[in-house]
Amino acid sequence: MKREHREPSFQLRDPARARALADLLRRHAPPDPVRIVHVCGTHEMAIAQHGLRSLLPKEVEVLEGPGCPVCVTPTVDLDRAVKLAEGGAVVCTFGDMTRVPGTRVTLAEARAQGADVRVVLSASDAVDVARKNPGRDVVFFAVGFETTTPGTAAVLLDAPPPNFYVLASHKLIPPALEALMSVPPIRIAAFLAPGHVSTVIGAQAYRSVAERHHVPVVVAGFEPLDILYAIALVLRQLREGRAEVENAYPRAVDEQGNLRAQALLSQAFEPCDAVWRGIGTIPGSGMRIRDELGRWDAVQAFPIEAEEGEEKPTGCLCSEVLLARAVPTDCSLFRSSCTPLSPVGPCMVGSEGACNVWYRYGGRPNL
Amino acid sequence: MTRRLSDERVTSLHGAGGELMDKLLAERILPKFRLRAAGPIGLDQLDDGAVVELPPGQVVVTTDNHVVKPYIFPGGDIGTLAVCGTVNDLAVMGARPVALTLGLILEEGFALSDLERILVSAALILSDLGVPLVAGDTKVMGRGELDGIAINTTGIGVAERVISDAGLQVGEVILVTGTVGDHGMALLAAREGFHLQTELRSDVAPLWPLLAPALAHGGITAMKDPTRGGLAAALNEMARKAHVGIEIREEEIPIRNESRALSDLLGISPLEVACEGRAVMAVAADHADAILSLLQAHPLGRDTRVIGKVILEYSGRVILDTGIGGRRFLEMPLGDPVPRIC
Repeated sequence: MKREHREPSFQLRDPARARALADLLRRHAPPDPVRIVHVCGTHEMAIAQHGLRSLLPKEVEVLEGPGCPVCVTPTVDLDRAVKLAEGGAVVCTFGDMTRVPGTRVTLAEARAQGADVRVVLSASDAVDVARKNPGRDVVFFAVGFETTTPGTAAVLLDAPPPNFYVLASHKLIPPALEALMSVPPIRIAAFLAPGHVSTVIGAQAYRSVAERHHVPVVVAGFEPLDILYAIALVLRQLREGRAEVENAYPRAVDEQGNLRAQALLSQAFEPCDAVWRGIGTIPGSGMRIRDELGRWDAVQAFPIEAEEGEEKPTGCLCSEVLLARAVPTDCSLFRSSCTPLSPVGPCMVGSEGACNVWYRYGGRPNL
Repeated sequence: MTRRLSDERVTSLHGAGGELMDKLLAERILPKFRLRAAGPIGLDQLDDGAVVELPPGQVVVTTDNHVVKPYIFPGGDIGTLAVCGTVNDLAVMGARPVALTLGLILEEGFALSDLERILVSAALILSDLGVPLVAGDTKVMGRGELDGIAINTTGIGVAERVISDAGLQVGEVILVTGTVGDHGMALLAAREGFHLQTELRSDVAPLWPLLAPALAHGGITAMKDPTRGGLAAALNEMARKAHVGIEIREEEIPIRNESRALSDLLGISPLEVACEGRAVMAVAADHADAILSLLQAHPLGRDTRVIGKVILEYSGRVILDTGIGGRRFLEMPLGDPVPRIC
């Protein structure tokens, strides 16, 4: 009988190997509880979707930190996007961004009231919208980490049409890891570094945080075996008292990363301090469009005062979740007043936010 | 000879009754359907209603509105979907389809060639099934008031023994009659803006010919067609209604590699998107082998698998043993899936 679902391309989901790795993890369970933090929505999806937490020893806890770009986009940027849309610009952005509450409304609500808000899959799709609508201002509301930023940089550097603008809310991962290590009182034992981001910035990008905070960082891929293997490497480092950067995803990530993408990034952007929703300002964690390209920068082109929004609804634990100090089920709103269809906090909105993922994939990690 | 616009496209006059409507009906719509009556008054009489003579059994009625984007998709179109959707709702209730009605709402400007194609698709399926179209209606809405076309179909069926979706009991096994998620994934891939090339086709098909022998054999205690919300929604609904748990082994669920790849790309689970030619059912354990072979013997059911069982624990919930040995709840999906961003 034909078993299409066991083709070799899915070897990295091989049940026998997964069981062997899970056994290994259990044999090498640490004596005391350890908290391993990843900062990637795709990791959280993979962990939840494959039920990986049910395979880990009880001493090992894996939490998502600020890994969802949609979740950490501050209300001030959202409010700017809403104002631009209400002012007559076409605002293009990724699907989840349209549902995140700003101070007053979401972009989707602005659209329902007549604003032109469109969902795109990439920066170049937004450029296409601008080319097709030469008479209108088209703003690409750009969010994402080092994986998506090169796409924004590439269109900025490729002479986009004059009616195209970027509202940039891109963020950098390594400064976020630094910030997480500086928040007392819960000790993060190790990081799983995001595989996609690491293809761009390289494994070397984590060296400084590993050394400065004496914390192991293991670059992890996204298949179940990738993640289990990365956790095994973390446990080995902890056992041996090492705190190094290790690459458990060598088929995609190398030491230096994608130099061409890095060059695009630094040609189009310069680092700046940035506000992370629920966390606050993290020094050097943002990407500001360089002055030479200021002509396409929506913030410079359309100077609008964005009111300082209420960042945190009452009772919402999103900031604790984003800091990896709480899990979604710790929050009293989770599943009661806060659901993906009527989200209270940003972690329930973004499909890669921890609360949203836990809601969709079972809410309870261990069965 | 000059061709007028109304020869090529739907205009508001088509929906206003009168001669143009009669012409559209007589020339473009009615001839497509081979079987046009299930009693003394049917489609040809253009009376105010149809008269349907029913064989003995319990009468099952279902209605469905169909709006789909794109309305022509790999493996079918909204016509195929409208007919299959309704006859499948009857079939999973254990009812043989006896008659169908079809209501069309068209946007002004809709290409008549597309309309013809859609009606031919609908007619072909009905004709294969031997089910007459007994009544219909057409309305036209202004440009921009509707996205192309909407179809309503109402089906009448007759069941010897009605199968509900709540009849499952602890100890029974769960079967699915083929690969899961083909329809939803094929449509997502075909949607404007994704620029994805795939061989994936919708699984849209009428289920009655597949299910009839299995129903006749007996042992099926509950059944659903996993349309909106896919397999995940169907299983959750069955578990909730019957106050039982369902345990599913992910590695036994038949899923095409194309669907898996697309799922990884778009971040949308094939378990949560619609199938339009599959049934999921609970079967008494001692009938499982017989039902499995009967279903696998039909071309539509070749990939039928036992995917899990009904359990006492976790009442109202579905537990998934993930392919790699983990466990989690399989949740009721929410709303329309939107692709993730990175």
